[in-house]
Amino acid sequence: MKLSEHWLRELVDPEVSTAELADLLTFGGVEVEAVEPAAPPFDRVVVAEILSVAKHPEADRLQVCQVNAGTAPLTIVCGAPNARAGMRVPAALPGARLPGIEIKLAKVRGVESHGMLCSARELGLSDAAEGLLELAPDATIGLNVRDLLDLDDQVLTTKPTPNRGDCLSVLGMAREVSALTGLTLKWQPPAPIVPVIKDTMAITVDAPADCPRYCARIIRDINAAAPTPEWMVRRLMRSGIRTISAVVDVTNYVLLEMGQPLHAFDAARVTGGICVRRARSGETLALLNGTELALTPEYLIIADAQQPLALAGIMGGAHSGVTGETRDVILESAFFSPDAIAGKTRDLGFGSDSAYRFERGVDFAGARAALERATQLITQICRGRVGPVAEAQGRLPARNPVRLRLARARRVLGFEVDAALAASILGRLGCQPRLAGDVIEAVPPSYRFDIGIEEDLIEELARVHGYDRIPAAIPVGQTALLPVVEGRRGPAAIRRLLAGLDYQEAVTYSFVERAWENDFCANPEPIALANPIASQMSVMRSSLIGGLVSAVCFNASRKQGRVRLFEIGRCFLSKAGYPQPWRVGAIAFGYAEPQQWGCAARAVDFFDVKADLEALLAPAVVTLAPASHPALHPGKSAMVMVNGEAAGWIGELHPRWQRKYDLASAPLLFEVELHAVEQRGLPVYQEIAKFPAVRRDLAAEFDETVRYGDISNELKRAGPAILRDVVVFDLYRGRGVQKGKKSLAFSVLLQDTEKTLTDAEAEKAMVELRRILQEKFNAKLR
Amino acid sequence: MQELDKLVAEAMALFGGINDADALEQAKARYLGKTGALTELLKGLGKLSAAERPAAGARINAAKQALEEALHAQRELITGRALEARLAEQSIDVTLPGRGRAMGGLHPVSRTMERIEQLFRSIGFAVADGPEIETDFYNFTALNQPANHPARSMHDTFYLADGKHLLRTHTSPIQIRYMEQHQPPIRVIAPGRVYRVDSDATHSPMFHQVEGLWIDDQISFANLKGVLIDFFRRFFENDDLEVRFRPSFFPFTEPSAEIDMSFGDGWLEVGGCGMVHPNVLRNVGIDSERYQGFAFGLGPDRLTMLRYGVNDLRLFYDNDLRFLKQFV
Repeated sequence: MKLSEHWLRELVDPEVSTAELADLLTFGGVEVEAVEPAAPPFDRVVVAEILSVAKHPEADRLQVCQVNAGTAPLTIVCGAPNARAGMRVPAALPGARLPGIEIKLAKVRGVESHGMLCSARELGLSDAAEGLLELAPDATIGLNVRDLLDLDDQVLTTKPTPNRGDCLSVLGMAREVSALTGLTLKWQPPAPIVPVIKDTMAITVDAPADCPRYCARIIRDINAAAPTPEWMVRRLMRSGIRTISAVVDVTNYVLLEMGQPLHAFDAARVTGGICVRRARSGETLALLNGTELALTPEYLIIADAQQPLALAGIMGGAHSGVTGETRDVILESAFFSPDAIAGKTRDLGFGSDSAYRFERGVDFAGARAALERATQLITQICRGRVGPVAEAQGRLPARNPVRLRLARARRVLGFEVDAALAASILGRLGCQPRLAGDVIEAVPPSYRFDIGIEEDLIEELARVHGYDRIPAAIPVGQTALLPVVEGRRGPAAIRRLLAGLDYQEAVTYSFVERAWENDFCANPEPIALANPIASQMSVMRSSLIGGLVSAVCFNASRKQGRVRLFEIGRCFLSKAGYPQPWRVGAIAFGYAEPQQWGCAARAVDFFDVKADLEALLAPAVVTLAPASHPALHPGKSAMVMVNGEAAGWIGELHPRWQRKYDLASAPLLFEVELHAVEQRGLPVYQEIAKFPAVRRDLAAEFDETVRYGDISNELKRAGPAILRDVVVFDLYRGRGVQKGKKSLAFSVLLQDTEKTLTDAEAEKAMVELRRILQEKFNAKLR
Repeated sequence: MQELDKLVAEAMALFGGINDADALEQAKARYLGKTGALTELLKGLGKLSAAERPAAGARINAAKQALEEALHAQRELITGRALEARLAEQSIDVTLPGRGRAMGGLHPVSRTMERIEQLFRSIGFAVADGPEIETDFYNFTALNQPANHPARSMHDTFYLADGKHLLRTHTSPIQIRYMEQHQPPIRVIAPGRVYRVDSDATHSPMFHQVEGLWIDDQISFANLKGVLIDFFRRFFENDDLEVRFRPSFFPFTEPSAEIDMSFGDGWLEVGGCGMVHPNVLRNVGIDSERYQGFAFGLGPDRLTMLRYGVNDLRLFYDNDLRFLKQFV
């Protein structure tokens, strides 16, 4: 809310600077976001009367004015078309500094000019240049224009938190300053106006829970076209509200001043009495902002005998609005309960100053006072004959006493809360504290909707006393050690492991393009957002692959020849309950190694990335089961099995996606479940063998279709007991090997736990191994 | 016998000048070989009288030993020089770069989140996690924000098309989930991604938070200040860092505060905090008369920007290697 400092200081005037006032409020709980001067700095501009206007002898567009600025008459040359004798205008005297110019005694086309008559734009008060700024005809000649127009004011932009609807008015902010400083509030509730006519209207409240209080009165024979006084326009403007017409301006003014939204109906457009009720389905209402609203029983309305007139507490209807021709007005001041208004503006898609206040809570005891205040202002400006206040009242919100135990306050805040201080603070806040021993009973005022329990009072104590005056203390707590599970490593350890394997961590968005889900996951029904920020962020990812491929594309298009990235994050599955598994994904694109001397550059391949995956999952043994995945090359992809369970995928990006995503080569990638990576078990010691091992080599030719994994498994399963390990150390195709065949060379480790092996025993084992290769894999031994 | 001294001096000079192992052996033969000069002198001892012989013999033997030692020293010198020459040939250009794979690195926000975790672990905080697709109940209602509460407009929420779920707008739902499972004393932090409908140079629709919660029987607002001031000073490794607490409003804490820290000549908002609202404790079945405590939410993205001088939040989500590589 924007707030004039001078207006505020009329109600409470602490002896502090503007900046100190802003800090007082901010550290008292109502943040002041900005402080701006009401007008830019200028000086030596006074009220002057134009005595006469004559044409400039040398220039058609200029006029020579004789001006009374409170001293001897001055001659001032002026170009404004609206200059006329008798008009009072701002005159900048020689030496004046205006925004952007300095005024000097000068000859204008041969005529000496003793200053400048100013437009609102030249004073920095407006962007529009509409000739000279016309001041009030009774403005005191010679008076500093800054004083006349109250330009040394500052505008505070406050940002009260949603629980403090009471701070959305000048009166509310003044109460706040009064509570924070202890200064007395200079505010007298307006005296009731004595009615001069008996006219009144019937008020029926069919929804008493939504509208516990409704006050209204008729004012007849007003001059609705009367101009709004300058001071009021000025205050409205400083709060960011445009002037519309006197009656509407008054309702807005009282809204700003007292925080009570008011509404004025053209009485001629109201048939019969006023009824406050829920709307009926099928009813419609044309609102003042041009919206045609189809009503439902969700909405509370003000209606007459025939039709809906206004959306209660939110906006008036166009049909019954006040116009320049209005003679009689019905002025409404009501209390609509926050629950009746809350959430409605979200459904409507627009808000209003009125709804903003009602949904946060308006002072239900202040409805009549605000009505009197508005009546007073309307009759001052528009005259009129005032009728009595009609009021319908239901059950108003309760304000039960709240108990504050000082011991509890001390325990929660952590400092010695003094009883007298606490009582004084609650008194300043209008809570009528009653101190009894260690307990204070406080009754929250009608304008506060955020005090109902003890903690609410503790908060009030803390903020009014000042957070900075509460000591900072390191707590004393239990010191039991936290469990540290050795058989599991957390994401931090996994990040370091991947960083050590030369992958750079990426963070990609959890919401992705729908196409990625189709391409990389064959997922036609990803979890969709109802209100995405952009179409390329419209569905939740079910895999990390899309984000990683996209990050590779981003970097590849910036001339990076080698990109290695990983991400640890949640994926989101469109199944019942939305499983959100954590996964680890990594991608490698371009060269296997950074450009370097002494070894030939080569592209990264499946087995490079497989080695990384194995290192990541160690000590668990990874096995790969060939299988196809929508994102991956069908001949270069596999399901990752850890301890016999499917844990993810590894492979080369499918050539189709390589083309579509415009990559020069296909990246290699893997994606595995985080929990599979986290588990690592504890090492279990095994006796180191006492007898020497024997190493033998074994080479054989196989059909291309025979897989190494099957050979190795079979040898280990069916081979002799003294076989410790078998490792492939060469894969050969080409000269000397038949087409469709491949030669594999194995290194075999033999060892007996009981004795040293003899040559004969080793040879016997080798014979056995050769036999298995021949019989199970049709191997041709070399 | 002057002849002997002369002979030794001559041999020593000769040996010292030789740089080749074979030449040295040949030179040796000239003095100590079968017909060498010294050998000849020994042979001549027989001509001397019995009285002269022992003394002369001793002198010649001493001379012989001196020559042997000189020879040995010269041999060592020659092999030493040869080794040096060979090693000199083998020398490499040690300034050439090392070979093999390079190192990757962590995302800067991960660095920050891990640092926050480390600091809080050091005073006994556990680390918790929770889902990112949340229900209205955990994200709002259980946190004392019933439907239509004006505070809900503080968060611009992403909703799922199913109309029932949403992307969590803060990490606070983890408070609720953790307290449902654990009884006080509770000391826990919960880092994670959060989502709000907002995007510009200072807002990303996805960003990070670290939630903190300490519930026990005596944990006060003064403790909240103590712990957080301590945290910011340790995080930035600056004991002069000033931290201030500004009254604010969060439905799930009371009293609530925004946290500002000194930065340059001004202040920057770095988080929100407060005493856990009794309604929140009640919602998870914790006796709010017996237990109390504080909760806080920190913005790791903002802290990362301050820590490393990053000036645009969007860099964190571009995944540009030229940026990421700076944090290796």
